[in-house]
Amino acid sequence: MNSGDTAFVLASAALVLLMTPGLALFYGGMVRSKNILNTLMQNYIIIAIIGIQWALFGYSLAFGPSQGGFIGSLSYLGLQGVGAEPFKAYSETIPHQAFMVFQAMFAIITPALIIGSWVERFKFGTFLVFSLLWATLVYDPVAHWVWGDGGWLKGLGALDFAGGTVVHINAGIAALAAALVIGRRKGYGTEAMIPHNLPMTVLGAGLLWFGWFGFNAGSALAANGLAAIAFVNTHFATCGAALGWMVVEWLVRGKPTMLGVASGAVAGLVAVTPAAGFVGPMSAIIIGFLAGVFCYLAVLAKPKLGYDDSLDVVGVHMVGGLWGALATGLFACKAVNDAGADGLFFGNPAQFGIQVVAVVVTMVYSFVISVILLKILDVTMGLRVEADEEVAGLDLSEHQETGYSL
Amino acid sequence: MKKIEAIIQPFKLEPVKDALHKMSVQGMTVTEVKGFGRQKGIREVYRGMEYQVDFLPKVKIEVVAPDEKVDSIVKTITEQARTGRIGDGKIFVYPVAEVIRIRTGETGDAAV
Repeated sequence: MNSGDTAFVLASAALVLLMTPGLALFYGGMVRSKNILNTLMQNYIIIAIIGIQWALFGYSLAFGPSQGGFIGSLSYLGLQGVGAEPFKAYSETIPHQAFMVFQAMFAIITPALIIGSWVERFKFGTFLVFSLLWATLVYDPVAHWVWGDGGWLKGLGALDFAGGTVVHINAGIAALAAALVIGRRKGYGTEAMIPHNLPMTVLGAGLLWFGWFGFNAGSALAANGLAAIAFVNTHFATCGAALGWMVVEWLVRGKPTMLGVASGAVAGLVAVTPAAGFVGPMSAIIIGFLAGVFCYLAVLAKPKLGYDDSLDVVGVHMVGGLWGALATGLFACKAVNDAGADGLFFGNPAQFGIQVVAVVVTMVYSFVISVILLKILDVTMGLRVEADEEVAGLDLSEHQETGYSL
Repeated sequence: MKKIEAIIQPFKLEPVKDALHKMSVQGMTVTEVKGFGRQKGIREVYRGMEYQVDFLPKVKIEVVAPDEKVDSIVKTITEQARTGRIGDGKIFVYPVAEVIRIRTGETGDAAV
């Protein structure tokens, strides 16, 4: 046991927690004022609901002793046996509970990311049930495959330092499923749906950037050189991405925008997540800059594709996550992290292939299960609020309160 | 008595207010409003989505004054709020039937 490592991982867990309220503000600023509380509320209550799911059985499913590489056993049900002693398969220097609670924050923010696809129309009750089922049936198994001791994608050699595949691709493809099954907002394409408070969005992006240091550096699970490498890569990739988005938007549309720079920063954070502990800082800048470019182009393509992924979860998290996972297979370098692998640019094309397999498997699984869950909920609970409730706004119709009063 | 209602560019509020204050106008009511005239709207872009925004932010000033002061107030507002470009706004003058000061019950010019 190491007190420095323990302190660092616990502090990192607190940083990752802060990302979810940060995400609430990031998303909240982009909706119309009549839906602000519903958007904040979904992000906030998911901390509570997935938090309890994690303690009761989620942690056990994701990190319990592997059942054939596909799911953890129920031996940690109710956190039984998860105590102050280290869980040596994951870290020998921090308490098992520190590892468990750090991972809890990842389990919380992943379904929270999907919220951006369905805001302004999704029934609150259905949202709660979907999020609980999705965390149990999609997040927990995928986390086990990629990170669990004995997980089958981990065994294959897939590199995902802090969750590009498990968190961002997983949530991003589920967001695409949700946007397609739930359908567009009333008035999409004809009415102006202008973000009601971009300063709130910028504050949220700032909190995400800050919290992401815990997400990526904390994933070293120790206060060591690898944590510093991940911290440094996280920062410079994000700088590159904010710049990349601004430059390409300036070239394409003629004006640089604040929403663009905030979105670019988040795209960079997403893209560097799988690579953070495996690449050098110059690679991180390239990964980040291109993430800004690719995600901006993805967001531009959305209106032409016709689906209403309201806050661009697909364009930022899925595309950014995809690029990050593949870029890890290009830029990874054993000179940076001996426990990693060399990527294509360092003479190991096989790693790129492994990354592709992990990405494709996750996308297919998450998309299919998400569609099935939503279809079942459609006929049992209903997915959308009534048309007049949507017009009035979900703050009033779902919560009987308003965000702003005179 | 007349009510002078001026719809002006928001950034012109301070100079108009200061100038009216100097000519001892005792009070005014200011509202943030939205609208359009010949200026029409503007286009705004949020990520991939482009919107035509027809209603632009303006400030509405309302002043009630005795008849003899109306011309000079209108002249002051016109001078101070003008940039010479489209979108400077408009001034409307209406007759006021009665004014009552709530605190004292005074009426007419004494209450303005």
